[in-house]
Amino acid sequence: MTLLKVRPRVEPGVELELRVGRSPVSTYRHRVAVIRLRGVIVLLERFPALAGVDLHVDAGEIILVRGPNGAGKSTLLGCCAGLRRPHSGTATVLGCDITSDRTPGRAELRRRVGLLGHDTALYDDLTVTENLELGARAARVPRREAPGALDRLALPSRLRTVPVGRLSAGQRRRTALAAIALRRPELWLLDEPHGGLDRPSRRIVDELIVEAATSGATVVVASHESGHVAGLATRTVTMTAGMVTDDAA
Amino acid sequence: MKRDRGRALGRDMWRDAGLVAGKDLRIEWRSRATLGQIVPFAGLVLVLFGFALDANRPTLRLATSGLFWVTALFVTVVAVQRSSATETSDSARRMLLLAGIDPGAIFVGKAAAVAVQLLVVELVMLVGVVVLYGADIESIPLVAATCLVATAGLAATGSLLGALVAGVRARETILPILLLPVAAPVLIGATRSFDDALGSVAVNGWAWLGLLGGFAVLNAVVGVGTYATLLEEA
Amino acid sequence: MNEPAPSVADQSLDSGTSDTTGSRTTFWLGLVVLVGVVGVATLGLFGVPADDVQADAVRIMFVHVPAAICTYVAFGLTAVGSLMWLWRRSVWWDITAHAAAEIGVLLCGLTLATGMLWGRPTWGTYWEWGDVRLVTTLVLFLIMVGYLSVRSLGGDEAATSTRAGVVGLVGALNLPIVNQSVNWWADRTLHQQSSLTDGKIEDLTLFTVLLSIGVTGLAGLWLIIHRFRIGWLERELRAADLHDALENQRLEAHRFRGPA
Repeated sequence: MTLLKVRPRVEPGVELELRVGRSPVSTYRHRVAVIRLRGVIVLLERFPALAGVDLHVDAGEIILVRGPNGAGKSTLLGCCAGLRRPHSGTATVLGCDITSDRTPGRAELRRRVGLLGHDTALYDDLTVTENLELGARAARVPRREAPGALDRLALPSRLRTVPVGRLSAGQRRRTALAAIALRRPELWLLDEPHGGLDRPSRRIVDELIVEAATSGATVVVASHESGHVAGLATRTVTMTAGMVTDDAA
Repeated sequence: MKRDRGRALGRDMWRDAGLVAGKDLRIEWRSRATLGQIVPFAGLVLVLFGFALDANRPTLRLATSGLFWVTALFVTVVAVQRSSATETSDSARRMLLLAGIDPGAIFVGKAAAVAVQLLVVELVMLVGVVVLYGADIESIPLVAATCLVATAGLAATGSLLGALVAGVRARETILPILLLPVAAPVLIGATRSFDDALGSVAVNGWAWLGLLGGFAVLNAVVGVGTYATLLEEA
Repeated sequence: MNEPAPSVADQSLDSGTSDTTGSRTTFWLGLVVLVGVVGVATLGLFGVPADDVQADAVRIMFVHVPAAICTYVAFGLTAVGSLMWLWRRSVWWDITAHAAAEIGVLLCGLTLATGMLWGRPTWGTYWEWGDVRLVTTLVLFLIMVGYLSVRSLGGDEAATSTRAGVVGLVGALNLPIVNQSVNWWADRTLHQQSSLTDGKIEDLTLFTVLLSIGVTGLAGLWLIIHRFRIGWLERELRAADLHDALENQRLEAHRFRGPA
């Protein structure tokens, strides 16, 4: 087994990814493109929800994606998570080509991505703790870290033995965020993470985002109310009609 | 080295399958749907058959094995509907997918959970046919073996087709249309096998187990092979 | 900006793109089929003498036997097409699988109907549960009706193809088991052991059956080609719609971006 492997990326000389075993060495991470999309078209049923998106995101960035409803923000996040395969275009996420379902390592890629969508992806009939433990065990994270993640999201302990189906929308979203935080993904894809949250919870989410970015992860936040997240973001990207119409540092 | 990795992958798959099956069974246990809804449903169907055949004991006894497995098929449809609804509500299966679990393991786990539920229901149904139809079980091993092998086949086929229709609007109607014809060999084979075990027709029931086993293995293999594509796209 | 690459354009059609389903080949093929049908009808109804045992009912065989053979060929095509879609993502095979399934269901219905019409005077019953081929064919019919209903679901194109592909594959692989189970179950068959091969059949009758098999095969092919082209044109239409939708999206995005 090779311990140290230097592999030239697509453009030789521009980027070098230094790997120890499987994971990239963190000191070099900030130079690595985490998301690279060119002319990506994604169809929902037959509608081009993404109509040719170009986007380049480096490691450690916090990107705010804003735009009106139906601009394609959620589809963009789903696409980056490897859940929606592009119809055409080239797309690489965390070094994995997501345009083909035959690419080896797609499952591996998903394990490194945390997605909070409109749906919270929790099982209604399992309790908060059970949901977190299930996610942890599936993703091979020690499940004893579950209480810590719930503490981080300030979810009171009396709620943790309650089936998720009985939680309020805000509590549910916080549970979903805790499930993501527990897995410590390299790429966070958050769709309206502040939606339905009260002010203290929003602050916690903000802290979580900053924390993730400082620890080397990359965060992409989609929001139609831009004011709140804009302060955290290192870059704001505007989407209209399935395309990136403004990409300002 | 490659073989080691293959073995590790296999171990991972069983572990993940166990995780998924445990999750499904826990959800079922918590909602009490198997005991509270599916078992009464199965009992009801058995009672209705009794009405339909005009409480005629000899006819009922002759038809017991067939009625038993027709009911089991209906129960499979209901159980698979529930199993697939668990995953689609709130896009919950995304949790497993994004955890990087091998889809083949998800298939095996879900099929195993459905199989356990079916076996529970079949146990109750056995009591039902003894009490209601006056069937007597002559060979308990044959009954047990038939239930195990036939249920494996039903659970595998059902879970595969359940995932196939998961993202579809008309899934309630389309699942039985797809499942029932394909499951015809189970109905035929398990019925014959039961005919022997209940002593209603003189056939060699054990001979049918091979066919039922072949059905189960075939559909399990197809399921493991195609589940990934189904989860990715549907 | 990259042009959208409609997936259909990746795999070219031999006859090129046209807006009809007909071509010179299908015209001549259709003509041959027409002449053949007239020939089979003339021979079958007037040329061949009535059978000693089955009397005039034997004439149904000139439809029944070819339809049954072509049914299984068509569904074989669907199975291969399903596999090629799942394995290689071949759009060509995907459309072929769909076309063959539709024609196959048609032929299968014809097989079952003519079988029942023949069974009544010959066996004394429309339906005979004890007959292996009859019951297997019925199950096949039901599976393929399921296949077509999955095809008609709509929604995402590739997802529909994949779902249908799995149904086609599951159906094809399970059919031998269905056949075997019915075989053991019924354990008695009314169906004639093929009288084609044991030489008991008269020359003209044999000739008519063989001719009819050929004609039905060509007719099936002719139908499948047309149905394939409909499927192909539908795809092209959707690709064109997608192109328009992309243009609209781009216009809107451009308007928002303003004069840069």
